[in-house]
Amino acid sequence: MMIIIAPVSVALIAAILAAAISIVDKIVNNYGEVEVDINDGKKKIKLNGGESLLSSLAGQEIFVPSACGGRGTCGACKCQVTSDVGPYLPTETPFMTKENLADNIRLACQVKIKSDISIKIPDDLFNIKKYDSIVKSIVDVTHDIKEVTFDLQGEEINFEAGKYVQLVVPPHGKIKGSTQRAYSMASRPGEKDIVRLLIRLVPGGIATTWVHTELKEGDRVELVGPFGDFFRTPTDSTMICVAGGSGMAPFMSILFDMLDTGELDREVWYFFGARTVKDMFYLDELRELEKKLPNFHFVPALSEPEEGTPWDGATGLITDVLDKYLKEEIGTEKKREGYLCGSPGMINACNNVFTANKVSLDDIFYDKF
Amino acid sequence: MAPEIHPIVLLFASVFTSNILLANFLGMCSFISISKDMKSANGLGLAVTVVLTITSMLNWVLLKFVIIPLDLIYLRYIIFIIVIAATVQILEMIIDRVSPALYLSLGIFLPLITVNCAILGVALFMQIREYNFVQTVVFSFGSGIGWWLAIMALSAINKKIEKAPVPPALKGPGITLITIGFMAMAFIGFSGMLSVQ
Repeated sequence: MMIIIAPVSVALIAAILAAAISIVDKIVNNYGEVEVDINDGKKKIKLNGGESLLSSLAGQEIFVPSACGGRGTCGACKCQVTSDVGPYLPTETPFMTKENLADNIRLACQVKIKSDISIKIPDDLFNIKKYDSIVKSIVDVTHDIKEVTFDLQGEEINFEAGKYVQLVVPPHGKIKGSTQRAYSMASRPGEKDIVRLLIRLVPGGIATTWVHTELKEGDRVELVGPFGDFFRTPTDSTMICVAGGSGMAPFMSILFDMLDTGELDREVWYFFGARTVKDMFYLDELRELEKKLPNFHFVPALSEPEEGTPWDGATGLITDVLDKYLKEEIGTEKKREGYLCGSPGMINACNNVFTANKVSLDDIFYDKF
Repeated sequence: MAPEIHPIVLLFASVFTSNILLANFLGMCSFISISKDMKSANGLGLAVTVVLTITSMLNWVLLKFVIIPLDLIYLRYIIFIIVIAATVQILEMIIDRVSPALYLSLGIFLPLITVNCAILGVALFMQIREYNFVQTVVFSFGSGIGWWLAIMALSAINKKIEKAPVPPALKGPGITLITIGFMAMAFIGFSGMLSVQ
């Protein structure tokens, strides 16, 4: 009897307290209807207060970019608040520069809507939509990278090559809430009815594990996008692209978009780093592209080539290969721009190589996720 | 054991002679980390006092009417902790609604308080020393005030120390710990004047 009484009474106490918390939440966190004024009256929406600005806007189909999904860790959801919403929270200040503080830029995920509020967001954000898609195909391009194609079911997505979408991972197994993760699109702007993503399995990653173990063809998945300011400049500067692993995605989009839109003469160098031959992919497609774009140079490099597997490309760390080409091969007559997609470590290392070779940090572009 | 102690004696005892921090060394971590400026120290002291008083009353009721009758003394830690965590959560929501200014000065400390050992310590003292309800209220309120007093004193001393030539190796937590040691020694002077059990 004792054995039952103990857990039951602890559970009962916990249940009563949990009920008390949710009752207080219902009463206290009810702020009634409030009005959100976006961009000086360009759009006004009425909604129920009490939630964060980020999730309230998302509920109204306005998607402020957020790589962490509202936990205050990525700092991506910055937006300008022109009405008074109280002082900065300690969770916001680490992400704010002096200019941000002067402009009253806040993190949308940390600002709670309690009364009428006016905000300013980039007009682009109105173009961002939530797409109800169906998984069309899943292809293993390497042992740990899957190419997943989503069919948008008749809807169209308009974006510049290089932008990313957020994949909404529904609750599954032990993961209770839904999670969002950002992935660059590998499909090109010409393919308006699909979205193609490259997803590498990250050990312990919620979204990547879900894609690799649970996602099947025919499944319904929500995508939100397009986001990002990673795209090629409208100039004829020399583009120097560096990628590793699933960082391949935005460059597939950018390079094939150049072919589609007839931007054939721009000088482009594409360095792709992998560890071994089995981590390499899309080689044939890119070799084929080299024939169609006269000034496109594809330089795949292996950092740990295995004995016995045939490989006729460059070897060594991608940063060393990049350094060698910057010094010896790539002309300096035209302005040189860096385009990076890969791990933070790779981006930092490449930034160092670029600056050592007199490419200004202002001319290096990458997404921070 | 305890029942004969007068509540007023217990109040003074818990504030001075048996100061929860300087005599029992409970609640040290937030004490050391927040004592740098007086404004936050004040907020945290207030928060500890409020949470301490409310949770001890709830825990006393649970102890008297649930834990002891059902012979669940061995589960007291778990039950006390659940009550403390839930109370802190509710307080946080209410303060956020009622006074945003107070929330900013006090609300951010509330999650810290959930893991403040002084709160659990007082609940356990209350059980071990078999206080009645009035004694529990007075003792927990007094302990909160005592903790508040100690952290205000320490942050005031820290203000002075800022201008003093502290050896580089002792800057920060080092000199703070030495200061607390001296304060505790001073409080030993009170010990034995009033009894708490």
